[in-house]
Amino acid sequence: MEWWDGVKQGIPIACGYFFVSFTFGILGASLGFRWWETVLISMTNLTSAGQVAGVRTIAAGGSIAELALSQLVINLRYSLMGISLSQNTDDDFTGAKRAVLGFGITDEIYAVAVNRPKPVSTRFFLGLMTLPYFGWSLGTLAGALFGGVLPTSVTEVMTLAIYGMFIAIVLPKAKAETGVLVVAGLASAVSCALYFAPVFSRIPVGFAIIICAVLAAVAGAVLFPVPEIGGGGDA
Amino acid sequence: MHNFFVYAVVMMAVAYIVRAVPFTAFRRKVKSRFVRSFLYYVPYAVLTAMTVPAAWFATSSIAVCSCGLCVAAFLAYRGCGLVTVSLGACGGAFAMLFLSSLI
Repeated sequence: MEWWDGVKQGIPIACGYFFVSFTFGILGASLGFRWWETVLISMTNLTSAGQVAGVRTIAAGGSIAELALSQLVINLRYSLMGISLSQNTDDDFTGAKRAVLGFGITDEIYAVAVNRPKPVSTRFFLGLMTLPYFGWSLGTLAGALFGGVLPTSVTEVMTLAIYGMFIAIVLPKAKAETGVLVVAGLASAVSCALYFAPVFSRIPVGFAIIICAVLAAVAGAVLFPVPEIGGGGDA
Repeated sequence: MHNFFVYAVVMMAVAYIVRAVPFTAFRRKVKSRFVRSFLYYVPYAVLTAMTVPAAWFATSSIAVCSCGLCVAAFLAYRGCGLVTVSLGACGGAFAMLFLSSLI
């Protein structure tokens, strides 16, 4: 069954999310947010990097315009993922269903959905996003309420959980496909250049990510194009 | 307090619009091989750019991060799942933090 299949594939994502959003809950509490404020943000956003940047901006007393712009840039990758995913959905997955379920596009949910060998159905996608959504919300709640109980050494190393998740998605693909390996290598190089070169130090993090992504993905598309439609590949 | 809700609504609206609008608007299959290839590589480029080099500065010590990330990379290379790799990253970092506290 499609829905159940989605739920099962969402379990590891949900566990990872619980863990990662726990650290977000701790961050929110440390910045002075009330527990329900942090949870509300998680329940209405479902973005990792965007939320972290968002609460930092709010805590620093940033303007609405700054908040909106930084959220737009950091979350813009979801637009690309949405377009990408729109290429791999079945005929029933249209209109209002997309408008509602589009909320569930995250890095990890997208990665699982787009790698599905058959077209993604509404039921599969709904199943896939269900547990991660609860994992993300409940993890935030737990972190906001109980994060302060943990020693700082534990909460400090837990911030690496989200990066572990990213590595788990990219590295096996890079191992299997030269194209992904080259794209990841290029993205790393450009990202480091933007991060360390003083000339670029004024570029906000969100913009830097977009610049890296576009340059590396264009290079990948030129050097290692995916197979033609009907050519046996499922890109 | 009024302000928090304004902030929260702005965050929610932006997060929703950037996802749902392109996903809903794109109905036709993209024919261009270049565009399809580009879209295929985007998530890997984004996730890599978010990790390198930021992950090395996620804790107070580059050595602690490096240890965690090496463990994560090793586990991912061996084909372990999301949760195992995430726990490995934290475990490796914790081990390094513990060792460095002994010195």
